[in-house]
Amino acid sequence: MIGYNKVSSVLARGAMRPVESPADRPSGGSRADPGADLLEFWRVDVELQGRPILSGIDLSIRKGEIVCVVGPSGSGKTTMLRTLSGFTPPTAGQVLFQGQEIRKPRRDIAIVFQDYGRALLPWRNAAKNVELAMEAANKPRAGRAAEIERLLTLMGLGGHADKYPAQMSGGMQQRLQIARCLAQTPSVILMDEPFGALDAMTRQTLQDEVLKLVAAMQTTVFFVTHDLEEAIYLADRVIALQPNPGRIARIFDVDLPSPRDQISTREHPAFLKLRRQLFDFVKGAEP
Amino acid sequence: MTRPMRSAALRGLVVPVTLIATAEIAGRAAHLDSLTIALPSHIVVALAQALADGSLLQATAETLWAVLAGVALGTAFGLALGLALGLARPLDRLLAVLIELLRPIPTVALIPLVILVAGLGYLTEITIVAFGTMWPVFVISRSAILGVEPRLFEVADALGFSWPQRIQKFVLPSIAPRIFLAFRLAVGFALIIAVTVEITTNPLGLGNAMVVAQNALNPALTLAVLVWIGAIGWLFSRLLIIVERVAFPGMGSAVRS
Repeated sequence: MIGYNKVSSVLARGAMRPVESPADRPSGGSRADPGADLLEFWRVDVELQGRPILSGIDLSIRKGEIVCVVGPSGSGKTTMLRTLSGFTPPTAGQVLFQGQEIRKPRRDIAIVFQDYGRALLPWRNAAKNVELAMEAANKPRAGRAAEIERLLTLMGLGGHADKYPAQMSGGMQQRLQIARCLAQTPSVILMDEPFGALDAMTRQTLQDEVLKLVAAMQTTVFFVTHDLEEAIYLADRVIALQPNPGRIARIFDVDLPSPRDQISTREHPAFLKLRRQLFDFVKGAEP
Repeated sequence: MTRPMRSAALRGLVVPVTLIATAEIAGRAAHLDSLTIALPSHIVVALAQALADGSLLQATAETLWAVLAGVALGTAFGLALGLALGLARPLDRLLAVLIELLRPIPTVALIPLVILVAGLGYLTEITIVAFGTMWPVFVISRSAILGVEPRLFEVADALGFSWPQRIQKFVLPSIAPRIFLAFRLAVGFALIIAVTVEITTNPLGLGNAMVVAQNALNPALTLAVLVWIGAIGWLFSRLLIIVERVAFPGMGSAVRS
């Protein structure tokens, strides 16, 4: 894992971007220009069983950006992620990837589920679980073993290729799920509260791993979380949703130095200020 | 085998060995000469003779052929039906009533009908065994499919697997341990059904061998065949448990009954 810090420092993470709010964003303005944004929500409404879940979502996400979504439960965080994954198509409006509408799941958009224990195949060992993604993409068998080895090592599972998920800790299982997603060579990784079930230490370690990966691979990340500090720590932008129906309440730009550090970043005045703002916002949004 | 396991096995033998010894001693003390029961030692002699003259092995081969062919067919049909109905909900709704009408029919109640159609012989016996064993396999495989972790289907969707690939890579491995359990049950049922068919009508196999011995007023041989059938049943069940442990290591705890 040598070399990631170097790459990540090359990225100017989140610095010097104008603060945007939904009101002054031209809705759908960049639709005609698919090169600018990798992902785009354009006037997206989602209804599930006749109930409005999301309403009037407009959002553009740049390549290589980490966007974290927070909000009280029922504000449509996961639904937003599921429209990007193609599992839940919008009722109105469009969700675009490189200017193309997302209608069904696609392999260049990977998804990391929170319940890693259910998303892994219990009858396959770690290596075979990673290989699943390669089987899906019909990658030639010849190169698979080396690539699996590389991905497992990258995720800190180097010596555990033969272990079955049941023989692994929660943190290791989530690393394995991320390794499988990376085997899809995705441009976008969707993460649905991926570390919610893990203990604090493991969570912090995995947060740093995600930051390193994104810096090294220029992957775009859409990250749903309950944890406001996690959102600030990871994100270039934090999207705050409010419920009934779910809509974007505010977008917070995160101007924190990079690479981030679990101690110093979390003590940074900008971090504390944002933390305060977000806490106040969430408190205000709750009924 | 570990030491505690071995001593437990020895302890389990105490009661049967005592019962057999008591029967032998009591029978000899009473100068047993019966047309209904026999001394354990006479049963052993009858068993040895039947094995030596090949008649018992011939009958065993006949029963096993009917059992295995019947189980193979029953499992194949049950699994196919279970997969089809588990995977295709509209088909499930369409056929649910028909299946609920057919399934409660006691398998042995089909014996007269099947004999009318197929006559005496292997075909009848195999058909009835297949009918009787397909239901447990069907019920278990259908419910196993409904129990497949829904998240795995989302993983399959996210990775863009085709339908045949989903079945091959997700559904079948998910349900395999429970299908094997169903197969184990089916083999047990098959032996019961096959012997029943042989005893009631079909002039084949071990059931028929018992009836013949009974008609010859030979209790020792009748009981010898019974002991032999018990041994075969036990052997099957041990064998399948061993296969299960080898085939599904670590997953056995979920299905061990």
